[in-house]
Amino acid sequence: MDLFDILLSASFWAAAIRIASPLIFATLGELICERAGVLNLGIEGIMVAGAFAGWIAVWAGLPLWGGVAVAMLTGMMLGLVHSILSVPFGLSQHVVGIGLTLLATSLTFYTYRVVLPEVSSPPKITAFQPYEIPLLSDLPLVGPALFSQTPLTYAGFILAALTALVLYRTPLGLAVRAAGENPAAVAAQGLSVTAIRMGAVIVGSGFMAVGGAFLTLSAFDSFFFDMVNGRGWICIALVVFGAWKPGKAVMGAILFAAFDALQIRLQQTGIGAVVPYQVFLMLPYFLSILALVVMSRRAEIPAALMVPFNKGER
Amino acid sequence: MNNTTKAQVVLRLQGITKRFGPVTANEGVSFDLHRGEVIALLGENGAGKTTLMNILFGQYTADEGSVELFGQTLPPGAPRAALDAGVGMVHQHFTLADNLTVWENIVLGVDPLTAPRLKPAQAKARIRALSDQFHLKVDPNAKVGRLTVGERQRVEILKALYRDAKILILDEPTAVLTPQEAEALFATLREAIATGLSVIFISHKLHEVMAISHRVVVLRHGKLAAERATNQTNREDLAALMVGTEVSAPSIETAAPGAPLLSLRRVTTPDQGAAPGLKSLNLELAAGQIIGLAGVSGNGQAALSDLLSGLITPASGEMQLNGTEVQRWTPRTAIAKGIARIPEDRHKTGTIADFDLTENAILETYASRFSRRGWMNWAKARAFTKDLINTYDVRCPGPDIRIRLLSGGNMQKLILGRVLEEAPQIILANQPVRGLDIGAVNYVHGALAKARDRGAAVLLISEDLDEIMQLSDVIHVISEGRLSPGFGRGTMRPEDLGAWMAGHGFDAGAPNAA
Repeated sequence: MDLFDILLSASFWAAAIRIASPLIFATLGELICERAGVLNLGIEGIMVAGAFAGWIAVWAGLPLWGGVAVAMLTGMMLGLVHSILSVPFGLSQHVVGIGLTLLATSLTFYTYRVVLPEVSSPPKITAFQPYEIPLLSDLPLVGPALFSQTPLTYAGFILAALTALVLYRTPLGLAVRAAGENPAAVAAQGLSVTAIRMGAVIVGSGFMAVGGAFLTLSAFDSFFFDMVNGRGWICIALVVFGAWKPGKAVMGAILFAAFDALQIRLQQTGIGAVVPYQVFLMLPYFLSILALVVMSRRAEIPAALMVPFNKGER
Repeated sequence: MNNTTKAQVVLRLQGITKRFGPVTANEGVSFDLHRGEVIALLGENGAGKTTLMNILFGQYTADEGSVELFGQTLPPGAPRAALDAGVGMVHQHFTLADNLTVWENIVLGVDPLTAPRLKPAQAKARIRALSDQFHLKVDPNAKVGRLTVGERQRVEILKALYRDAKILILDEPTAVLTPQEAEALFATLREAIATGLSVIFISHKLHEVMAISHRVVVLRHGKLAAERATNQTNREDLAALMVGTEVSAPSIETAAPGAPLLSLRRVTTPDQGAAPGLKSLNLELAAGQIIGLAGVSGNGQAALSDLLSGLITPASGEMQLNGTEVQRWTPRTAIAKGIARIPEDRHKTGTIADFDLTENAILETYASRFSRRGWMNWAKARAFTKDLINTYDVRCPGPDIRIRLLSGGNMQKLILGRVLEEAPQIILANQPVRGLDIGAVNYVHGALAKARDRGAAVLLISEDLDEIMQLSDVIHVISEGRLSPGFGRGTMRPEDLGAWMAGHGFDAGAPNAA
């Protein structure tokens, strides 16, 4: 049967992991923001800006990892803007986030036109190449699927482990988790809620931008206007799907990516000849919503998510 | 017993003044706290107790005056400095994160944020040692969200002790406890005092103040009204100092019950998350009676008040209104059948903050009484509100101001008027005097007694045993959704009710044999 063959092929899983990689970065970033109590709807725009910044930096001559760093810094700058408005000013996180997405997206397109006024098609760079991890990549199925990816994908998984470690095993992570649940508890212990929340938004935004840069530096080798294409919004759903836990969020990203990889392959099978291709395009989103409904019913949302904290308010 | 004068001064407040815009919350407050001493800070709501403590703890910055801890002036506006100097504060509204475990809440902020990792084993061992020493029983691995209110308070105290607090500030610590839990808290405090801890105990319950403190500092309108050694004063004296004049609570006599207006037979409702539903509950509300419902909050009071308001329907059991079986049960039928409610939270469910007094006064009756053919009759509504304001002594500039600007007492008087003007048969009064000052409390109690005397049945839900015992003709205790038998006025001591509140007695006798 077609479906069975697809699910057992290494190339299918390799594609799923590749598609999941940008989602993993951005989902971790969003998760950190939300754990501290800030919903960052700037994610879509930050990913666009990160994709562009990383790519243009490499095009201008920086090494690939330099491009990743530039993307990260760009994201952190945008995160700083978000955090100033949403944390000390306590503005509506919806408005700040959507505003930032519009601003970052437009600013990116503007910068693109300023830097490359004459080009009709964007120049290509040499992107990250797959690196086969010795021994591990020789394993059947898992080897080609997991251990023959680009270094940036490996970095994503390492980052997920690090995020979990920091959140659950360090005083800093404890403070972040408490800030999203009851900021008054953080303040009563002599810590600055403002600093913790701003820090989380800035770092989280940096991760989102790297997620965007994965598209230009690893998945493809150039920058297109519509390349982020709603991935940021998917990541917001993935955080909920993962119940605000890094491990589950990564699993969610892979699951979504698997649906995406599956629909491309299903289009080429016998069913694809009968069913309009738009149905397949819809499939990952439809299945994600279904999974969200099933999985996140009992999720514990951070209690102070989207609640600004004003010290000394009566 | 009060020989603390020779002991070391650990805390000195000098001339503390704090203003919030035009409101002066504290004015020139000064006093000393000695090592091993318990000071009770007494005052009505709005007297400035909590503000003063927040200044001491560094959460507010004083406009004038200074705080000295162990001879060092405390830099203003820095909780960190106060914590490091050994001040621990247990806030009235707990500052705990529900998603974290007990030990995580306790170590939060103790290690610097740059520390590479948490040390759970070490922390838990220390917490266990402290909880043994001070009899604060709590499991360090438990999620705080699953703890009872009493346990949460123990976590708060452990938080302070874990940081080696030398001064402990407790803001109305017994407000949420059963008498037994309060007694256990006092035992812990006495133990802690013996080791040299100093305590500031904020309360407006006079018998607790008399029981635990060495000295009493009374605040009135933000100023220090009096300072007394506890063994040289008494409750009447303190009450007068607190209010500024002699106070007398309305005397309420027992009334003979009339016809049963509402009876519940073996009514069961489903649990709502962590809040228990009603478990086969029997209750009779008779005309001309105040029925008091005692219990620690979260034991089914919400389910019962939702049931009477028509927000939920019984899963099983019978419900009779005026002797007839209730059929369709919705908030609209509840209002139509003459069940009036004084909601538990007057800010959240009792009023709409940015609506004016007129709009708030007609919230439940706007359609039936103040409109014709779908158009509002504002003139009539405003006249009605003016009447309420006069009859119920609501102090305000007029019916057109937003209700947000009213004090809690005046807001409650308006709600009370709104409810009583409908001459309801059954009045559901849920925490009707929470957060009110003594004058307003007496007014509300008097009004409820009057409603009873004209033949209404009043169900009084309160966590304050004193209030329940003072007002009720019949007292029931609710615990985990179960209801105790009805106890007549004066037949039970607070300790007896406390035992029922803690869940004892329900299994022994026949359930609800009354």
